[in-house]
Amino acid sequence: MSGPLERSAGTRFETERFPVVYELSRAGRRAWSLPATEVDAPELAEIIPEAHRRTDPPALPEVSERDLVRHYTRLSQRNWAIDVGAYPLGSCTMKYNPKLAEEAAALPGFAALHPMADDSLVQGALELLGTLERALCEATGMARLTFQPAAGAQGELTGLLIMRAWHESQGAARRKVIIPDSAHGTNPASVTLAGYQAVEVPSDERGLVDLHALEAALDEDVAGLMLTNPNTLGLFERDIERIAAALHKVGGLLYYDGANFNSIVGVVRPGDMGFDIVHLNLHKTFATPHGGGGPGSGPLAVSQRLERFLPAPVLLWDEGTERWRWDHDRPDSIGRIHSFHGNFGINVRAYAYLRSLGPEGLRGVAERAVLNANYLRALVADELPTAYPGTCMHEFVSSAKHLKKTGVRTTDIAKRLIDLGYHPPTVYFPLVVEEALMVEPTETESKETIDGLADALRQIVREATDDPDLVRAAPVTTPVRRPDEARAARDLRIRWTPPSG
Amino acid sequence: MDFLPHTPEDIAAMLARLDLESIGDLFEPVPAAVRVDRALDVPAALDEVSLAAHMRVLAAKSQGAADLVCFAGGGAYDHHVPAAVTALGSRAEFATSYTPYQPELSQGVLQAIFEFQSLLCDIYGMEVANASLYDGASALVEAVNLAVRVTKRDRAILGGAVHPHYAEVVRTYSSGLGLDLDVAAVTDAGVTDWNALDLTGAAAIVVPYPNFFGRLEDLAGAAERAHAAGALCIAVVDPTAMGILRSPGDLGADVVVAEGHALGNPMAYGGPYVGLFATKLEFVRQVPGRIAGETVDADGRRAFVLTLQAREQHIRRAKAASNVCTNQTLMAIAAAIHLSWLGPQGLHRLGETCARRTAFAARVLGEIPECTLRYDGPRFKEIVIETPMDGANLCRRLAGRGYLVGPALGRWFEEMDRCLLIAVTEKRTEADIRGLAEAIEKELAER
Repeated sequence: MSGPLERSAGTRFETERFPVVYELSRAGRRAWSLPATEVDAPELAEIIPEAHRRTDPPALPEVSERDLVRHYTRLSQRNWAIDVGAYPLGSCTMKYNPKLAEEAAALPGFAALHPMADDSLVQGALELLGTLERALCEATGMARLTFQPAAGAQGELTGLLIMRAWHESQGAARRKVIIPDSAHGTNPASVTLAGYQAVEVPSDERGLVDLHALEAALDEDVAGLMLTNPNTLGLFERDIERIAAALHKVGGLLYYDGANFNSIVGVVRPGDMGFDIVHLNLHKTFATPHGGGGPGSGPLAVSQRLERFLPAPVLLWDEGTERWRWDHDRPDSIGRIHSFHGNFGINVRAYAYLRSLGPEGLRGVAERAVLNANYLRALVADELPTAYPGTCMHEFVSSAKHLKKTGVRTTDIAKRLIDLGYHPPTVYFPLVVEEALMVEPTETESKETIDGLADALRQIVREATDDPDLVRAAPVTTPVRRPDEARAARDLRIRWTPPSG
Repeated sequence: MDFLPHTPEDIAAMLARLDLESIGDLFEPVPAAVRVDRALDVPAALDEVSLAAHMRVLAAKSQGAADLVCFAGGGAYDHHVPAAVTALGSRAEFATSYTPYQPELSQGVLQAIFEFQSLLCDIYGMEVANASLYDGASALVEAVNLAVRVTKRDRAILGGAVHPHYAEVVRTYSSGLGLDLDVAAVTDAGVTDWNALDLTGAAAIVVPYPNFFGRLEDLAGAAERAHAAGALCIAVVDPTAMGILRSPGDLGADVVVAEGHALGNPMAYGGPYVGLFATKLEFVRQVPGRIAGETVDADGRRAFVLTLQAREQHIRRAKAASNVCTNQTLMAIAAAIHLSWLGPQGLHRLGETCARRTAFAARVLGEIPECTLRYDGPRFKEIVIETPMDGANLCRRLAGRGYLVGPALGRWFEEMDRCLLIAVTEKRTEADIRGLAEAIEKELAER
């Protein structure tokens, strides 16, 4: 029988029904190659009692290595990637990921280290983390940092637990954490997990935190304020000094969500703005690959007064022995947040990136990211006006609500952009903008790419009036067209099952 | 070396379009008082040749499984990563893609996640799996949270031989959740006696299988007791044992979590790893994180999407099932490819080789004078040995003789200062095991 994999792919995106790995399975075929026991040991039945022993192995697919390689190679080709083309997802910072960082992370001196090896055996790894910690603290204006959080949301929770520990040490358990209405969903979710109540403050007509509403919300029950600066509208919170002062006056702590740090690195430091706690997304600003949704790395940095609460262990340089070591003796620590030391392999990549750029390079990142975003904003300003006026930072948020009368929605613009060769921007976020398109080109896209993207966006806006059905039918160039998402949730199929009969 | 594509002409043209003199003008909203007026004090830029050399020098300052014969365990293991898995799992189309929010451009990642979920369900005897969590510890935290929501109770009981770091992480998270946490005692047999515990009011019990000491616990009996008390049974289950051990689903577990790095991902000093999370269909709406589902497209073709997103933080915000957003998808894809490489017979072979070589190692190590096996009874992949030497010191001494062992257990367990873990994977040969025994014997004799 000739299965789908027996035909060669005529086009990059095959449109035939694409097999699931289970459908390639033939009993007795194998890819695996592993040693037999080869030592003088009892039979399995004598080692594992019957009550624990499996009689039939699980019904996994049986494929040859050639099948396996073709299947996953072709599967990978059914996917967009930064190595394939532009990826202007707002708030995601999809910049180019340097190849040398991949090569470095794969070196056995990093990739083959055991996480519980004695400190004396991992001095290179600890030196790397120590140097990276110092550089990230310098870039954020913080005193110390933990690499344990595996992603931004885990960094948020770590920071909020430190906030809680701080207030408890001051003899006052507070209950509320303030979040602007333009915040990422992880902020309120983390606040709940940390045992706090999320209090939302609105944005004002400038798209910034409404100062009056904020000042009205501040009292001695407020543990802190979580702020993304620039915010998710791509706007710098220019009142930041006043916000910090008002919050500190009632004893609250200011938390910096590093999702948009890319636009200010080397230009302004969260610590200098008055922030007490900072998480970074190294998979954004520090160019580590997103991996289809992860891994990330969300190190959490704090000011000096909060240092003692960091998750244990904390990295130390021991002057006496001239060696790095983990300090486990941290009585005020909030405790461990990760199984080991966080996403170390990602931190190796971030380190390589940092060492490529140096101080001028880092500042160049912010400058060009902001230049690219504003250039694109200006190119499409007539067709897709931003929700709030003025220059933006690394991203801008347009609204397509004026196209609703043509029947074309933001989703349709996104899907049509796919047919024109670009990954769509983030859509329908932030929630405060109707029919939102959130665009972040990043600093690594060229002027030609941005010109092309702007041409495509302008073309789609014209098509919305001239040929709305074309826009609403998109995409037609992809391996699948628009999926029925309602059906996916209603008729739940979330694992493969063999065809019945 | 930077990665900026702009020529001077590009910059001039772009600024002209914006009617600006300089890029600095774009930063007008940033108050002058808080701006950085100097270069950051970070190391100077390196060219690619110098940076590659620097990274090699730094890497050479550590010793891991490429330098020493690795018998280290405790949640991270020196398993073989098949060449095909490394090659496929590092393909840039997977590695440099974003979360699959645009399904038409993300069928590769979405289908790989769907296959990952299916393979996990198959090995664990479960009905639902998610697209991964950060690591074993965070997967356990999420399982406990699920049990708290399902049972509307707030007490969790952890087996005494749950990985001590996982227990610490659950404790850290519990401070925000107001969770009441008990850690059970370990018997002389190195297991938790679930029959001796009062489970009243528990949302969940957590049973490691095998446990931190490599011992197989009575998961079926524990699950029965949990259910009688109205609690859920959460099992922490090594996926590499699933070719030879009955599945946790078969033994009565309600939620299965694990550290999945051993499937296709290197030790990498503890991360990036992959938290595995699987459960029963009845709890699907309480599952944290992303789930891929099958549907059809506008032309009736099979297509994959992220589904049941109303559980997640970007929709439900403060009321979400979890705050997780970024997960460990790339590691999950490698795990799926590894499981497909293994198939049923390969998974069995993997488990059998590990289990029988561990039994062989236990016998050989147990024959060393002054070296005893701390626990008897069925075990998988790990052994606790006890000698007259301090455990941490013996680990260091053995590294000097070319063997990576441990961790030493004194840090977490009272009266185990002279104990350490020895893990035996399919990579450890008879010569490796006999060499380790000889090294231990010499070390004890020469101390």
